[in-house]
Amino acid sequence: MPDTILVVVEQREGKLNRVSWETITAGQAIAAATGWSLEAAVVGGNASAFAAEVSAKKVGKVYAVESPKLEPYTPDAFAAALKQLLAAKQPKLVLMPHTYQVRDFVPKLATAMGRTVISDCIGFKHENSKLLFTRQMFQGKLAADVSFNSDAPWFATFQNGAFRGDKAENGANPAPVETVPVDIADGVVRNRPQEVFKEAKQAVDLTQAEIIVSVGRGIKEQKNIELVKQLAEALGGELAASRPICDSGWLPMDRQIGSSGQTVAPKLYLALGISGAIQHIVGMKGSRTIIAVNKDSEAPIFEIADYAIVGNLFDIVPPLTEEVKKAKAGG
Amino acid sequence: MKQVPQKDAPLKLNETAAWIREDVSYEVNEPDAFALEESLRQKEKHGGEVVAITSGPARSQQVLREALAKGVDRAIHLEDNAFVGLDAFNTAKAFAAAIKDEKFDLILTGLQSDDYGYAQTGVILAELLGWPHATIIMQIEKNETGIRVKRELEAGFFQFVDMPLPAVLTIQSGINKLRYATLIGIKQAKNKPIRKVGLAEVQSAIGANLQKIERLYVPQKTKKTEHIEGSPGEIAKKLVDKLRNELRVL
Repeated sequence: MPDTILVVVEQREGKLNRVSWETITAGQAIAAATGWSLEAAVVGGNASAFAAEVSAKKVGKVYAVESPKLEPYTPDAFAAALKQLLAAKQPKLVLMPHTYQVRDFVPKLATAMGRTVISDCIGFKHENSKLLFTRQMFQGKLAADVSFNSDAPWFATFQNGAFRGDKAENGANPAPVETVPVDIADGVVRNRPQEVFKEAKQAVDLTQAEIIVSVGRGIKEQKNIELVKQLAEALGGELAASRPICDSGWLPMDRQIGSSGQTVAPKLYLALGISGAIQHIVGMKGSRTIIAVNKDSEAPIFEIADYAIVGNLFDIVPPLTEEVKKAKAGG
Repeated sequence: MKQVPQKDAPLKLNETAAWIREDVSYEVNEPDAFALEESLRQKEKHGGEVVAITSGPARSQQVLREALAKGVDRAIHLEDNAFVGLDAFNTAKAFAAAIKDEKFDLILTGLQSDDYGYAQTGVILAELLGWPHATIIMQIEKNETGIRVKRELEAGFFQFVDMPLPAVLTIQSGINKLRYATLIGIKQAKNKPIRKVGLAEVQSAIGANLQKIERLYVPQKTKKTEHIEGSPGEIAKKLVDKLRNELRVL
């Protein structure tokens, strides 16, 4: 039997998380490079309902891992269920998207099996029959190629956007689905989760904006936000921010871009005084054009910028606002 | 808590090309600072004792000094250069061994570190201790059966979770407003105890790393970046030209 890669797709609130297709693409790519076979699993109270959608993809098999104890999600139940599946099926490599939910249970699952997770990977390499996983370090300033130094199963999670979900290949025929009932004993699940809710009314939908002017720590003080606001108004764009600005209450939470805020892909993203922490970049790297202004020439934001301006935003923004106004006035 | 290179510190690879040169400025890992602040606020509400723990070489004692100055009662330092290179699994094992005689009700840590960025150590520690955990926490309230915490989910969603104690929580940045150490706090910190735990004391608990950094490097750029230079006025003119004639957004 060849080694097997198992992709655990994510469903939440009765919907497959789209990021799961990216992980399927990753699994297909690693399978092609290594010659290993590829399978997928869905976990939940009613996992079978999602299995058909997954089985359309080019995978050898889909496991629907089911127990009433898997609803609502808890790390205790998910770790227990997957441990049973992995013990029975013995895959070599287990792949998942690096979502908040996976971050919540996969280190527990791996630890319970005496194994490790290479988390938040952005790619893989297959060199001299050795599998390496690439991940960002030091907030994206450096990258590392990391190998496993343990027995299987190996666990790896992929960052949102690391692979293209629309590149996940469909199979010629639907893959067979195997329902795997799991037994989760009373007392295993200790947390009692309440209903999922949305805090504030999402007043602003930044995903529809064509131009976004976004501000980060470089703005220094709340009163300076006005400078950036004027530029956004001149451009006819929406004002947005990185997390620390919203944490400080300088802009409302619904203007936050990044893994805990909105994910956007406007025509133009202007990043002002944003260093480009991974959590921010995952929310805006799909933008068509990125202009970054930062005084630190080594800021990770410049890695993904189309136009880079190394300088102080307080010097650059006022004349830029004026020039934009002039241009709009037909100057 | 963890000491990490300062956010804007220029990093250089060392001779192994698998780690950085250590001669940079360090600071407290930011999410850990929020975890510390939350522990102090919980103590102010409910009483008890707050203990800070870190691992790393002598320089990382600074993290504990700052914590003690802000109001922590005592500290534990797993002090050895070797701790820097441990993976999350072994770091958590070392912590579990160092606190085996303690009787904590709640362990808080930042949701991830600014250097490795594993986002795993807290969850692994919970599993090693056999405790429940919850991650990316934005609020902690004590109730009759334990605690009610507010988990941050993605895309603006949240969820309250009731859980028993003892437990491990990983704390999201922004859960609270950080305090500054006071002069009197800094003075008092000098007399607070720091228990040193050497590598030998926890050696039997840890093993070989389960994952290995083969090489560390400056990431290859995937995008062609055009630098725009000049005086601020010139830069503004050049940018507007791009916006109008190339991007066509003006």
